[in-house]
Amino acid sequence: MANTPAVLISGLTKHYGTVRALDGLDLTVRTGEVHGFLGPNGSGKTTTLRILLGLLRAGSGHAELLGGDPWRDAVELHRRLAYVPGDVVLWPSLSGGEAIDLLGRLRGGLDPRRKAALLERFDLDPGRKGRAYSKGNRQKVALIAALASDVELLLLDEPTSGLDPLMEAVFREVIGEERARGRTVLLSSHVLSEVEALCDQVTIIRDGRAVQTGTLAELRHLTRITISAELERAPDGLAGLAGVHDLIAEGPRVRCQVDGEHLQAVLRVLTDAGVRTLTCQPATLEELFLRHYQVAA
Amino acid sequence: MTGTLTLLRLALRRDRVLLPAWIVVIVGVVVASASAIAELYPQAGQRIALGVTIGAAPALQALTGPVFDASSVGGLTAWRGVAMTSVLAALMSLLTVIRHTRAEEETGRAELVGACAVGRHALAASAVLLAAAANLLIALLITVGLAGQGLPPAGALAFGLAVGGTGWVFTGVALLAAQLTEHARTARAIAAAALGLAFLLRALGDAAKVEMLAWLSPLGWAQRMRAFAGERWWVVALFAVAGAVLVAAAALVARRRDLGSGLVPARPGVTEAAPSLRSPMALAWRLQRGVLLGWSVGFAVVGLLFGALARSVGDIVGDNPQLAAILAAMGGAGALTDTFLAAELGLLGLVAGAYAVQATLRLQGEEAALRAEPVLATAVARRRWILSHLVMALGGSAMVLAAGGLAAGIAHGLRIGDPFGQGGRMLGAALVQVPATWTLAGIAMLLFGLLPRLTVLAWVALLAFALLGQLGELLQLADWVRDLSPFAHVPRALGQPLDLGPLLWLGAVTAALLLAGMTAFQRRDVQGG
Ligand SMILES: Nc1ncnc2c1ncn2[C@@H]1O[C@H](COP(=O)(O)OP(=O)(O)OP(=O)(O)O)[C@@H](O)[C@H]1O
Ligand SMILES: [Mg+2]
Repeated sequence: MANTPAVLISGLTKHYGTVRALDGLDLTVRTGEVHGFLGPNGSGKTTTLRILLGLLRAGSGHAELLGGDPWRDAVELHRRLAYVPGDVVLWPSLSGGEAIDLLGRLRGGLDPRRKAALLERFDLDPGRKGRAYSKGNRQKVALIAALASDVELLLLDEPTSGLDPLMEAVFREVIGEERARGRTVLLSSHVLSEVEALCDQVTIIRDGRAVQTGTLAELRHLTRITISAELERAPDGLAGLAGVHDLIAEGPRVRCQVDGEHLQAVLRVLTDAGVRTLTCQPATLEELFLRHYQVAA
Repeated sequence: MTGTLTLLRLALRRDRVLLPAWIVVIVGVVVASASAIAELYPQAGQRIALGVTIGAAPALQALTGPVFDASSVGGLTAWRGVAMTSVLAALMSLLTVIRHTRAEEETGRAELVGACAVGRHALAASAVLLAAAANLLIALLITVGLAGQGLPPAGALAFGLAVGGTGWVFTGVALLAAQLTEHARTARAIAAAALGLAFLLRALGDAAKVEMLAWLSPLGWAQRMRAFAGERWWVVALFAVAGAVLVAAAALVARRRDLGSGLVPARPGVTEAAPSLRSPMALAWRLQRGVLLGWSVGFAVVGLLFGALARSVGDIVGDNPQLAAILAAMGGAGALTDTFLAAELGLLGLVAGAYAVQATLRLQGEEAALRAEPVLATAVARRRWILSHLVMALGGSAMVLAAGGLAAGIAHGLRIGDPFGQGGRMLGAALVQVPATWTLAGIAMLLFGLLPRLTVLAWVALLAFALLGQLGELLQLADWVRDLSPFAHVPRALGQPLDLGPLLWLGAVTAALLLAGMTAFQRRDVQGG
């Protein structure tokens, strides 16, 4: 059981009419890990989650959820997972407390003590009705409904959008506890610090394809290093070297970005030109993501 | 009011198909009726004979209003056309106004717009302008269309103004309704209830020959403008003033509330769900029970009123020797009462069709509002979710019909000293309408499964069936055309043994439609945001 991944997607495609939303996506989420799912707007994150929920029919490719077929075995699988949608809409005539109870029961039951604890920690008044909730409070209703059930897998689509920083911190705590209990989480997010704090593994998706996947440490390793140096004379052939990007050279003053694996060759050119000062900076996570997000990159 | 014109242009852009379609249908019905009547009843004698038959059937008058001048083509067209098209113009106006006011507020789009350089009342003003312009255009086109067929221009103008004027009054009704509640659905229900009440007052007034009642209803004014039968021009002022007063009242209410909120603040709810709220069925019941209750009460009230009236129908005719002869040929006063009651049940069946359509389309409403998604992401099979709302649609339409039939039977029975017998008889007769109403639920379900973006076609179907039922006989349409409507197959249930055949095959057609729709939904994508 521990060997079957919670989510296994390979070569998945999905078209909306002529719009290609997924274009050969690969994604593996191992049981017990918190997996960050990142990508620019419209890259296909929500589409992927909705296919996993059997709400959308996959095009070609393979998608497997908790060892089952997300479309065919939807009902059975849904007993074992909880979902927080990207747009939370509540019933105008139902209170938040009723919505939480209802969704939990439809999933097969929820733990009243956990629910009470979560209501307290997220500081939510369950007695309001649909529209009387602010955006953040609607989000909390969906979060509590998902977290109060005893399920194996959590599918969260931008779960902290609209939450204030205090509540975001509570969310991180709670997810940390869930991980400790061995639950698997697939977390789509635009909040990098959240991903950095919570996720064991990260997949970056762009235009419906995974462009990068691995642990954060691995991703960092693949990042570029920013180098700025003052040399004795202008360096020779730096522009032509493999792995050099965004080169700005003003005579002996040089600034550029270098792919990790080409660092040595670049340093050799620089030392040949006589190094006066040299700073090397690994890219921040943010730069890493931005590079993947930019279409031209 | 800054920005009103920009918003009006936006509204025109959004309604560029819908509004012209309404206008074409309304004007088309009028013009087609006039030309068909001129062709089918070319001699004044034929028309007068038709008028006498109509006069003999007050049941018909309850539905269509009095004939003021049966001798002319214009008079006959006005008799049949004004009652029907003024209801359509009212519907068009109230749907348009609420679509561009309360619905915009509910979705939050009004907020987006309101944050721009736009006056506080610009949204409402643009909606009113739009509806007013549409009604004016209808009045103009009807005038031109009827006069173009050689009918007297004065009558044509009065006809147009009667229809457009009714639309204008309901523009005001809808704008006021839109101020009262937070939800477009409720606002539509309030405005539609006002339209139902107007119809009821007019129908009662005409059937019981109580002029005062009919004058309480804008639909009554429309007929009493007497197009082609000695026009009463001052009624135009009545329309204009009533509409303006309603719009002004709406403006007053709007000043006392915030954007997005209603007049009555939302009450807090309970903190925990009742133990029974644990299935899709319980949710569907919870979401639809208020509407069902409202419809049931409405049907019961209509049933009571018409039931109480049924016996007098025979009396009114009984005074007139010429009509008495016709009556005897039809089977005596009892038969006439039965005809009246049967016509009333037929009307209720059609209206229950509207209930069935809207209850079925709750499915689509829930899906489009993204509220289906969280439910379907739990251990609820799509089939169960569908069935929960279908139970409300099918059970609910049977229930409202039962309420109407039972109330009519009891009221009628109390007058003739047999409340239980008549109650049972009318209940049974009302339930005979059920399979035809269910067919509409089937059509709505099929559309929801196959073409969720075109579910409005279910309403178009209902409208078409209503028009076929109202005009089919008069216009002598081919049998196969009239047979397209499920209501054409409802067997007579009063005064003769029931023919079960049509009920069975209507039921079978409905079952096939429902099944096809459900299968299609199980295979398609759930629409997302
Ligand atoms: N119902 C739909 N019809 C047509 N195109 C759609 C539909 N839903 C999504 N798309 C398109 O599919 C692509 C992927 O959308 P998706 O919602 O999965 O993106 P996302 O990664 O969740 O974006 P975001 O970060 O903005 O939530 C986008 O190009 C979007 O425009
Ligand atoms: Mg998304």
